[in-house]
Amino acid sequence: MLESKAENVPFWEPPVPEDEALRQQVEHARDEHLLLDPRPPAETNALMLAGMQRTGPVFWLLVVGLGGMVLALLVTWFIQMNQGMGITGLNRSVMWGPYIANLVYFIGIGHAGTFISAALRLMRYDFRRPIARAAETVTLFGLAMAGLFPLIHLGRLWKLYYMIPIPTQRELWPNFRSALLWDATAITTYLIGSTLFLYAALIPDLAMVRDHVTGIRRKIYGALALGWRGTEGEWHRLETLSNILGFIIIPVMFSVHTIVSWDFAMAIQPGWHSTIFGPFFIIGALFSGVAAVILIMVIIRKGMGLGYFIREEHFNAMGIFLMILSMAWVYFYFAEWITNWYGNLPMEVALQNMLTGELAPLFYLMLFANIIVPLGTLWSRRVRTSMPAMLVIALFVQIGMYLERVLIVSGFLSRNELPFNWVNYTPRWPELLITVATFAFLALLYLVWTRVVPIIPVWEVYEGQALQSRRRVGRALLPTRSDPH
Amino acid sequence: MAEHKWTMIVDLDKCTGCQACVVACHAENNVPTASETEVVRGRGLHWIRIERYWEGEFPDVKAKFLPVFCQQCGSAPCEPVCPTYASYHSQEENLNVQVYNRCVGTRYCGNNCPYKVRYFNYYSPDFDEPLNQQLNPDVTVRSAGVMEKCTFCIQRIRRTAETANAEGRDIEDGEVVPACVQACPADVFTFGDAYDPDSRVAQRVPQERQFKLLEHMGTEPAVYYLKGGETHVGE
Repeated sequence: MLESKAENVPFWEPPVPEDEALRQQVEHARDEHLLLDPRPPAETNALMLAGMQRTGPVFWLLVVGLGGMVLALLVTWFIQMNQGMGITGLNRSVMWGPYIANLVYFIGIGHAGTFISAALRLMRYDFRRPIARAAETVTLFGLAMAGLFPLIHLGRLWKLYYMIPIPTQRELWPNFRSALLWDATAITTYLIGSTLFLYAALIPDLAMVRDHVTGIRRKIYGALALGWRGTEGEWHRLETLSNILGFIIIPVMFSVHTIVSWDFAMAIQPGWHSTIFGPFFIIGALFSGVAAVILIMVIIRKGMGLGYFIREEHFNAMGIFLMILSMAWVYFYFAEWITNWYGNLPMEVALQNMLTGELAPLFYLMLFANIIVPLGTLWSRRVRTSMPAMLVIALFVQIGMYLERVLIVSGFLSRNELPFNWVNYTPRWPELLITVATFAFLALLYLVWTRVVPIIPVWEVYEGQALQSRRRVGRALLPTRSDPH
Repeated sequence: MAEHKWTMIVDLDKCTGCQACVVACHAENNVPTASETEVVRGRGLHWIRIERYWEGEFPDVKAKFLPVFCQQCGSAPCEPVCPTYASYHSQEENLNVQVYNRCVGTRYCGNNCPYKVRYFNYYSPDFDEPLNQQLNPDVTVRSAGVMEKCTFCIQRIRRTAETANAEGRDIEDGEVVPACVQACPADVFTFGDAYDPDSRVAQRVPQERQFKLLEHMGTEPAVYYLKGGETHVGE
């Protein structure tokens, strides 16, 4: 029988059935599914390494362009510190603007990485295998960008140490009653946890690169790979570590965005003071984060020639995921807003400003981008497996979720209890430039990262492929999957 | 030292909206004057401001004036949110005080203040000649990036307390006079220690015309407003 033959051959040499119809089934499955399409590791490794070595003129042009944006960010930041926050458009009532919206947004896109990777890993969804690292990297750099914003936002950055719990002769600690301190603690925990999680899974791939390079690179990758040899004990410990970190990181992920939402919900500002903000922000974060991962999947697939690893099935799975999250977002959004709107308390007048007032264009664009676009298109498998379409949808979700953050932060602040203090907010160039440049910064980090480490966890792909086998049932040859856990 | 509960009573029925208190406050507390463009951007900076509300349709309009300054809340929303204890509650004066040196400028307190009486220094203050000559030496000039707000002229409270302490007596009622109280031609303000049962503030409240601003928010302001019936400017 087929199985008995398969036992003696390596996993990348799948059995070839004698039956013509069955052979076609096997071929078809190879086209459709990455895990049923094993190739010799040497070939796959070469594919990954070739992607990493793609540094043509476009790459360098992008590096220079994005680097210039980062430089502009630093210069603007310096000017802002030198001149004062006055160069922004903030005012007496709207004291938080896009800087804080950016903080929430970038932590938000950082969410999906760990979720896709850790939660899907623990739930054994195999579609995560080739995209896990791309997603975790979004977390890493998303958090790094988010971490910039409390600093850019501070009126006196040079006094930052008052917010850090360091023992001083004053014996005065930071105020742990402040949500900002909870926030800093949660984000730091999440950053450490997700970095460890990313690094643990990276070790075998770093060892793979080490074995393919020479000279100084071999030394660097060798040091980073921590002397990985690939023994059974090492694989076993890696598996255990990844599972433990996965279980730790999931509750941390929930806590982080809940605490970020508490920066708002704990304040008594109308529109912010809401019990639903915790779960609502988590869903929003996952929504924008999954869209961000889709965006990056499209880009790295095209830019690095990774069509073998990232296939239509992955876009299909992520598209379904995005659609479910869109529905969940709609649910939370209206659970929150209809309550406020129907209650019609005078304090909640900011809602009127969004429905019919100055913020209406942004409000309706947000609804269009977050509801109509994903829910109107993602039901179709043809859309979900079309890369240009997914790129556009993911971009719309990014725009929508970004607007949602801005409307929550500045939109609500512009309307408060005493009508005398109603001030509309218009951003000025520093906020706009810093915001745009942060996206460029993220892109630059990602671009360099993909050329430095394998962005596809190739060992996870091998693992998935090695766990596959086929069984014959009647006239059909069904793929089966063994579960070693 | 004895504890005090510094309290202000604002009699709205007397207020003519002349803004003398605003000017006096600027002079006493080294409050920088925002330029016209800055005011248009919504960054007018006054520790006390006269909120002017219009009622009715033209020509039958009525103006109402509401002097608003820090309400020195007993349960202040701005205090717990500050990560550095720059905004804290003083035990002795029962005031909500701001430590400029400690402020890093997160502006969380400003967001959480329902009265929006906390002002942020968007730029370093600039006092043109000869205005720099008349800065009050008792009050810090705040740099860019810090929050500031009405202190009930705490420098005057402190000086009076020190004098009284040196003379071995308690502070007398009416001995502390904040700048706005001093400047008001209509005698709108009454200032004193509510813990002193003989003080004028303790005797004037509670009374019928009394209300507190946004009292439903539970911030326990130390400022009482008095407003009776339908009294308007020009009547």
